[in-house]
Amino acid sequence: MLITQAVIDGILVGGFYALMAAGLTLVFGVMDIVNFAQGALVVLGAYLSYALSVHLNIDPFLSLFITVPATALLGVAIYWVLIKPIKRDRVVMSLLVMFAVATLIEGILDYVFKSNLVQIHASYINKSYNLGKLNFPAIYVYAFLLSIGLLGGLYLLIYRSNFGRSLRASMQNPVAARLVGINTDRVSAITLGIGIGLAAAGGMVFGTTNAFNAASSYDLISRLLVIVILGGFGSVSGALVAALLMLVIQDVVAVTWSPLWGQTTFYMVLVVVLLLRPQGLFGRKAVRAQ
Amino acid sequence: MTAINAPASYDVPRTARFGSLAVVAAALVLFPIVFSNPAVTSVGVFAMIYLMSVTGWNIFSGYSGYIALGHAVFFGIGQYSSALLTNHLKIPPGWDLFALLPVAGAIAGLAAIPIGFVLLRVRKHTFIVLTIAVMFIFQLLAFNLRSWTGGSQGLQMPFPTWTGSYFNEPFYYMGLLVSAIALTTSWWVRRSKFGLGLLAIRDDEDRARSLGIHTTRTKLIAFVISAVFVGAAGAIYAPFVGSVFPQFAFDPSFDLALAVMAFTGGLGTLVGPALGALVIGSLQQYFLLQFGGANTFLIAYGLLFILILRLLPEGVVPSVTGRWRQWVVYRERSHSPAPPGTGTPPEVGRRRDVALEQGRPA
Repeated sequence: MLITQAVIDGILVGGFYALMAAGLTLVFGVMDIVNFAQGALVVLGAYLSYALSVHLNIDPFLSLFITVPATALLGVAIYWVLIKPIKRDRVVMSLLVMFAVATLIEGILDYVFKSNLVQIHASYINKSYNLGKLNFPAIYVYAFLLSIGLLGGLYLLIYRSNFGRSLRASMQNPVAARLVGINTDRVSAITLGIGIGLAAAGGMVFGTTNAFNAASSYDLISRLLVIVILGGFGSVSGALVAALLMLVIQDVVAVTWSPLWGQTTFYMVLVVVLLLRPQGLFGRKAVRAQ
Repeated sequence: MTAINAPASYDVPRTARFGSLAVVAAALVLFPIVFSNPAVTSVGVFAMIYLMSVTGWNIFSGYSGYIALGHAVFFGIGQYSSALLTNHLKIPPGWDLFALLPVAGAIAGLAAIPIGFVLLRVRKHTFIVLTIAVMFIFQLLAFNLRSWTGGSQGLQMPFPTWTGSYFNEPFYYMGLLVSAIALTTSWWVRRSKFGLGLLAIRDDEDRARSLGIHTTRTKLIAFVISAVFVGAAGAIYAPFVGSVFPQFAFDPSFDLALAVMAFTGGLGTLVGPALGALVIGSLQQYFLLQFGGANTFLIAYGLLFILILRLLPEGVVPSVTGRWRQWVVYRERSHSPAPPGTGTPPEVGRRRDVALEQGRPA
């Protein structure tokens, strides 16, 4: 029973990790950028929702209608101002640029909100549904539904829209995409916007389920990167499976062994998997020549 | 293609280079004597710790192009080795502490062999992310293996017998000595055939392999060398601070600091990372002393890093030497027009070409 509960918790939490990781892996797939700032942007999203709920009394889920577009615009701006001018060594240089952005965001958040831990509050935070002996915290259920909704929307966008066709073309072969008239810069900018918007949505959930401060971003980004690498860089479905898998493994280890080792297992799984499959679970081998 | 051998006159003159080296060396030796204020010399100790770490880091990451963001693993191993050995062997707190420097370096180097063996199976971004993951594995191990590390309680170290205004100087000069060894090693690696192998791996690993370079072995050796110096830095840091905690021993911001310093100065050059460590390492400590809180520093750090990446993407040292070469060529052109038929002067100021053509520190 304990293990079943752990598996359910893992899946519910894994849902919103999948949301944040999907943004990260999508951005990498389209433009070879490891968005190191994703963790800081998740925390930024959490703080925006927190500020809206404290000062304007806006429900955290409704606040997404403000925070997601705002952070998406930030993502578009980051692309045009910081990423596009990079001429050579894109993978490494963009990683460093995004790290600089992460540092800047962390510093500003720490300056504005101070470093004590906060958590977003809402009336339903402590409610939970019971099914037999199993326990479903309401906020996790809502967050899971939100994640499914957003990921479904992402799926439709990628596979059922004109923009999605351009996006997939840019992923497969940017040069050929440009030759057939796709504005790859525009696609990249919008993709970075979407990726960061998803981070903000994930941030709201993170902020309602965890106490956080500006420094929470390190732990977040390392977990997200582990998920993305495990799933194979650039593979959205890989990220979904990896997120659910990792969180379930972590929760089961925490219940059966000790919570201390749950997190260590999280990273150990990555090392073991990469020893056997260096390209990750769903990654393409030798993605493309740099 | 560029010319195979750029004439020596396009370089910064030898006398200028050795002259400035002598001036900097003298300044570093005299620094604690001139500025004897303990607050200032403690900034100097941190600068030395960063200097040797980033020089070691650059031997691997700078020359091979594999950006490691997990060298805090070896910093932490050095710290814990130093603390555990001091406490278990009951080493008297004094100069004997520094006998542990090579030991801690060796332990870090030994640990680097299996770690490097796992990490170096992957490339590029996967490598970078994996180094971060390994760093967090070690941090969590330090938290969890309480019987060894004391968990989050940390380990305490006895303070050395020397005290007061004289406290920082032994650490400073020890740091300077190890940094000098690290820089000499880096200079030697850069001149050696082994170092050329590393540069070839940076430029095109598959081709380097097809040309007969043992890529895995070369990378692993460089990885171990870099770990030794970072481990030794940990063994200076731990007795200087007097305690070891998991979150400060295995600190993600240490990893990033090394990368920022190396990129600011000029990744893969001999003096660039050292310059970055001296300037940024000192600024960081100064900010901490001056403003206490870290947030203003983070903002300044982030902005500075963005500016450097935008304006001087190759780092300060390659940009400056590149400008120098351009200026020399420009001057020659304007004074004596090139005789007809000699073609254009070699393309100048590109770090990779110059480094590979001449096989020596740029």
